[in-house]
Amino acid sequence: MVIYLLRRLGLALITCVFISIFTFVIIRLPPGDFVDAYIANLAASGSSVSAEQAEAMRREYGLDRPVVVQYGIWMGRVLKGDFGVSMVWRRPVTEVIGDRLWLTMAVSVSALFLTWMIALPIGIYSAMRQYSIGDYIFTTLGFIGLAIPNFLLALILMYLGFRYLGLNVGGLFSAEYAQAPWSLARVWDLTKHLPLPAAVLAMAGTAQLIRIMRANLLDELRKPYVVTARAKGLTEMRAVLKYPVRAALNPFASSLAYLFPYLVSGSIIVSLVLGLPTVGPLLLQALVAQDMFLAGAIVLLLGVMTVIGTLISDMLLMWIDPRIRLEGR
Amino acid sequence: MADRTSLAVRDLAVEFRSEQGVVRALDGVSFDLHAGRTLGVVGESGCGKSVTARSILRIVDRPGRITAGRMILDPGTPREVDLAQLDPESKEMRGVRGGRVGLIFQEPMTALSVHYTVGNQIMEAVLQHADISKAEAQNRAIELLREVGIPRPETRISAYPFELSGGLRQRVGIAMALAGDPEIVIADEPTTALDVTTQAQILSLLRRLQEEKNIALMLITHDMGVIAEMADEVAVMYLGRVVEFAPVEEVFSEPRHPYTRALLRAVPSILATPRQRLSTIGGAVPHPGARPSGCPFHPRCSEQLGALCTEQSPRPVPPGRSGAACFKVDQSEAVTA
Repeated sequence: MVIYLLRRLGLALITCVFISIFTFVIIRLPPGDFVDAYIANLAASGSSVSAEQAEAMRREYGLDRPVVVQYGIWMGRVLKGDFGVSMVWRRPVTEVIGDRLWLTMAVSVSALFLTWMIALPIGIYSAMRQYSIGDYIFTTLGFIGLAIPNFLLALILMYLGFRYLGLNVGGLFSAEYAQAPWSLARVWDLTKHLPLPAAVLAMAGTAQLIRIMRANLLDELRKPYVVTARAKGLTEMRAVLKYPVRAALNPFASSLAYLFPYLVSGSIIVSLVLGLPTVGPLLLQALVAQDMFLAGAIVLLLGVMTVIGTLISDMLLMWIDPRIRLEGR
Repeated sequence: MADRTSLAVRDLAVEFRSEQGVVRALDGVSFDLHAGRTLGVVGESGCGKSVTARSILRIVDRPGRITAGRMILDPGTPREVDLAQLDPESKEMRGVRGGRVGLIFQEPMTALSVHYTVGNQIMEAVLQHADISKAEAQNRAIELLREVGIPRPETRISAYPFELSGGLRQRVGIAMALAGDPEIVIADEPTTALDVTTQAQILSLLRRLQEEKNIALMLITHDMGVIAEMADEVAVMYLGRVVEFAPVEEVFSEPRHPYTRALLRAVPSILATPRQRLSTIGGAVPHPGARPSGCPFHPRCSEQLGALCTEQSPRPVPPGRSGAACFKVDQSEAVTA
């Protein structure tokens, strides 16, 4: 078990290193270097930089050194929490991203939570009552959910919420809390705003997971150990929940790993439509404006978060399946 | 022998309804199980052996359902109950499952869940049928593992099924079937998936447990060797019917039904000359949905009597008496009578 964990952890670290190299390449992709871009930016706004100043900046940032050393310097800064300066915002990248990272996490995790809460019971029901009216209804709803683009659903829900419920939709905060410092009231305000974006983002994933759960469970329900459980005298519910559902959870947990990055990257359009202060729209802006330090930082953070998500799903798998836990025993 | 009758099955019929039509999996099956005795149920695949076992426990998969017949558990006692009349989900029926009737499975690997320890799965069965604490249930589980001959049961109880060999797993399966202290045990091909040495061990274990606990054993198999070794009486099944019933010696010394004779001819013999071809039964078991008219065995029967066999159905074997459902047998009996 420890070996398994260590191996996963090692793999995760290696993946993170590769992500950082990839990010570094992205940052260096535009022609010229950061100082050229900085000078061009300043020139565009009317001021100018002397050649000596430029050289001094290059030395300061280590841009005159070999690429590998530059990567080392950059990584050193990143590890200290310094992601460089955003050229568009003229502020440190960390400041620009700020709360957005945590808000993105909040939205994604609640969407994931919602996905599980809805998909699990419906998937179980659909498998246990295959071809029943309920199964058909959920299947139909599921396919509709899969087919509707979620930004469209976001628009519809915003309209309905505004028109009929008079809700202040869009964003994650009410106007008075948008710039306020963190407080209990602000957290409560966030909690009230979370359900709508979470529901919109959860929809497609939920539909998908219902299908996965239903198919998995249908496979497992045919296995002899289910008959064993019934032959013991367990109630049908208990027999199904304890044995085949547990087995069907296996692929369910591994789907967590891909669902998480999907939620973050797939949320860009929805975030724009709903005006969410998450990193998705920021990444889009940064890419459009060729703001490479900002884009690089976001890519790096998302990459690392995905790796962490995968690690969590590996640990879940370990908990669910003793065959993985006891590997090499 | 005046052994107590534990289970009397009468005229049991089970149907599977689907869009393709109605399939009669069981068509008037009758037999008795007696305490301390073994009924061997033999026949080719698809003849209804396993459906019979599952019908008794009322766990026939949908869309199968019992359409006729009775299954009287403990007839003539205060605990008498007709299993065919119970709601499969009822508390009483769940008490029968594992509590009064235990089931042993064919595939010891897939019949145990890989997600829980052996101890967990046995304790669950114990707790289901006894009002005792978890600690007591654990002791009972260890006791059961010892009874079925598993060495070091105190440590094996925390093993997962995939950590055990096939033979040990089947012993766990037997321990689980015995957890509720049942008076009837149904073993559905308990040795088919095991190698020959392990088979012999499992069979002798079953016999020892049966003697100790005076269990009524229903042993389902397609192996005539297992029947010869284990059974007191034999029910030969074909296409959802009992076509012959007799004490085990009679089945081997003077088989009545042509199907029984064909089955016996198909047993490999140690006395056969090298390269001698094994006798087989021509054709295959017809699909139960396409049941032949008349005697269901007539298309494959080497001794059929023409129109009589193709048009009329022979009388079923009356329970408790030796006999065969065959016109030829009826005729010869009429001559001797």
